[in-house]
Amino acid sequence: MPSEPMPSDPTPTEPMPSAPTGLAVEMRGIYKSFDTTSVLRDVGFEVAKGEVHALAGGNGAGKSTLMKILQGVYTADQGEILIDGQPVTHSSIFEAKAAGIGMVFQEFSLIPTLTVAQNIYLGHEPLRGGRFINDREARRLAGEVFKIMEVDIDPGAVLGDLSTAYWQLTEIAKALAQNAQVLIMDEPTASLAKHETESLFQLVERLKAQGISIVYISHRMDEVYRIADRITILRDGRRLFTKRLTEVTPAQIVEGIVGKAVEGGLEYKKRARADSPTALLEVRNLQSGTRVNDVSFTLHEGEILGLAGLMGSGRTELARVLFGIDPLDSGEVLVRGTKVDLSSPRDASEHGIVLVPEDRRRQGLVLDHSVRDNLLLPVLGKLKRGPFVSDRAGRSLADQLIERFQVKVANPGRPVRLLSGGNQQKVVIAKWLGTDPDVLIMDEPTAGVDIGTKSEILETIRRLADTGKGVIVISSELPELLAVSDRVLVLRGGAIDSQLERTDIPNEESLQLAVQGV
Amino acid sequence: MTNQTATPPTTTTHAAPPRSNPLQGLDWRRYVIYIGFVVVFLIFAVTLGGQGFLTGGNLLNIVRQTATVTVIAVGMTFVIAAAQIDLSVGATAGLASVVTAMTIANYGVILGIVAGLLTGLVVGSINGGLVAFLKIPSFLVTLGMLGIAAGVAQWITASAPQPILSDAYNKVFGSGDLGPIPGLVVWMVISVVVGAVVLAKTRFGRQVLATGGNPDAARFTGVNTRSITFRVLLISALLASLAGMLYAGQLQSGRYQWGTGDELSAIAAVILGGTSLFGGSGTVVGTVFGALLIGLINNGLILAGLDTSQQQVVRGAIIILAVALARRK
Repeated sequence: MPSEPMPSDPTPTEPMPSAPTGLAVEMRGIYKSFDTTSVLRDVGFEVAKGEVHALAGGNGAGKSTLMKILQGVYTADQGEILIDGQPVTHSSIFEAKAAGIGMVFQEFSLIPTLTVAQNIYLGHEPLRGGRFINDREARRLAGEVFKIMEVDIDPGAVLGDLSTAYWQLTEIAKALAQNAQVLIMDEPTASLAKHETESLFQLVERLKAQGISIVYISHRMDEVYRIADRITILRDGRRLFTKRLTEVTPAQIVEGIVGKAVEGGLEYKKRARADSPTALLEVRNLQSGTRVNDVSFTLHEGEILGLAGLMGSGRTELARVLFGIDPLDSGEVLVRGTKVDLSSPRDASEHGIVLVPEDRRRQGLVLDHSVRDNLLLPVLGKLKRGPFVSDRAGRSLADQLIERFQVKVANPGRPVRLLSGGNQQKVVIAKWLGTDPDVLIMDEPTAGVDIGTKSEILETIRRLADTGKGVIVISSELPELLAVSDRVLVLRGGAIDSQLERTDIPNEESLQLAVQGV
Repeated sequence: MTNQTATPPTTTTHAAPPRSNPLQGLDWRRYVIYIGFVVVFLIFAVTLGGQGFLTGGNLLNIVRQTATVTVIAVGMTFVIAAAQIDLSVGATAGLASVVTAMTIANYGVILGIVAGLLTGLVVGSINGGLVAFLKIPSFLVTLGMLGIAAGVAQWITASAPQPILSDAYNKVFGSGDLGPIPGLVVWMVISVVVGAVVLAKTRFGRQVLATGGNPDAARFTGVNTRSITFRVLLISALLASLAGMLYAGQLQSGRYQWGTGDELSAIAAVILGGTSLFGGSGTVVGTVFGALLIGLINNGLILAGLDTSQQQVVRGAIIILAVALARRK
């Protein structure tokens, strides 16, 4: 900043003082409605310089709308925004970026076919002679940014060849390269493994020390306590409170988000199980590619089997083989004692094995189609009257499923993309229940849903098992696995490393150790 | 984003109930083709009423002139709804017309009809097989097939027209009438009704829309998306060959030029009719109105005395305008 001399001018090497020296962002009296629905009412939000500020709230509480206003995607109906003390009226993403607001998207805004450096400087490439893109300079500059971040990435690598963790770092570097002073991170750890999460946190600490402010949106309590200084909770479009994390208990936060005390959906509950249950699914010496190595296990009626393991341990791949997406090279799968051929998802679902996939938006739903059409897609055969699909039978079945799974939807004829993440996930689960499957495989069933819905989904899983279905739950969140599983399989390198009865796992730490293979 | 929350119901009624106004949720963009059709019709009725636009003969003529393209466009609706494209339909129609004519000349009417449909079956199977099983983009496969079909048609006929001397064939396939209704229109109505019911009311139709809307999710939900892709391209080629046979009957000869350029008219009709160019949504009834709107515009512009070059300009502008209005936000 050449124009204004700093009031005090100590040694330039000294990092930012730990006490915040001013507000990086101040939003006052923000109102926003869509059509006639009021989404934000008189919301205030302040982030100090060098602060990590957690933002939480249930689905539909208004946090993404508030952040979109800050990023200039939406314009507030009323209210003021000050960035670094200056009032701004940004009405576009470009102006918000110029004001120093950067966003790390949950679904990355990166182009896989370009290199890391090309992605970082997309749209503002360094030029040679004012006209031609200078890729070498872009790589050099990207290298500088990574040096500041203290991470080791080759800026010339093609992004598509790198893993998700690198995408995340590239996304952060992209924001920093545009001189972002405030970074908004939306569920940044959703697709990261434990050690990757840890290095992200260390990066956040370093950014903080450089005076960069971070708005951290997350549903994970442990992460919020780990890195955030303060937390703001939104509920029903209003600010419930902003508090230092040292002054608020997790229970208060959860209650603030949900609006009521959660009734222990996240706690382990012992369920009644039959003494000698029927084997629903038997997997024998399954082999597929390099990611599934000689896997054998049995899933019983009424049982919830947790699959734990690091990223790349073969959890998702195992699910894909069982659902007929990837071919099995050898081994066999038996459903209720009969060997079955699983060469397509269609075969699998006809044999009673269904998958709730990890990426619900891409793999689980036809987003532009209505909630009803999505619910009915797997069961069209059942709704046939002669050659035609019966609309009346379809409506009543869809209504039943909506009611049974408590999907919050005003009109099932409206596109499913309008629902919140948690409700979309309920639709994906509900659609399969119309087919009355024997085995449900759920890959990260609660990714990106708020804690209230998470509790409901876990309760749903228990209810399904209570009705005799076998459920396989894959999750990176160990507390979640511990809350529902009767038995946990730990995978490592595509093979089963250990099988643990839930009652033999004393706490999360011991499961964590098993997963890490210590 | 839903605003449904678990708050207890309040007795005050300060907020409007969600569905108070039935028109509010109505997405008028979905109906833009019908509105556009009525508006254009009324404009022509007022301005061209004196030039005979409103006479029964003229109106029937409009339908007759769009009948063949409509038959092709019904198939195209399935293809585009499944997020594919078929550029080979015009050439397939031309090929089917000459194959039918030549077979009739040598082996009689029945085998001629069989040969015409077989043309569609072969072309459609090749298109569908390459796209669905070898995963080659339909744009490229059908662009190539356009050239192959047109070339074969020209080659086997040595570019000569192939007259059809069977009156029975010509009457049934296009020249004859059923009472007051032209036979062509009967064929059009049959394909439209069957197409509309299949797309809107059968399991196959829903799976076509799901495949076009999100192929991954459809496959993960147990839809055999390859078979769906194969079948839509087969349907398209079969209807194109039917259209070629109708050209042959109407004009009492098979010629390689029949149907040239129809792929573009058919695609325009489908998109005007509200089918998403990216797949996932669409109706056959919309397509029919899209085709009729194009026919209406052609007819009105001729009556208005515009020459061919001017007609093309105005028609192009109207199509862009209509699609722009129907576009989703």
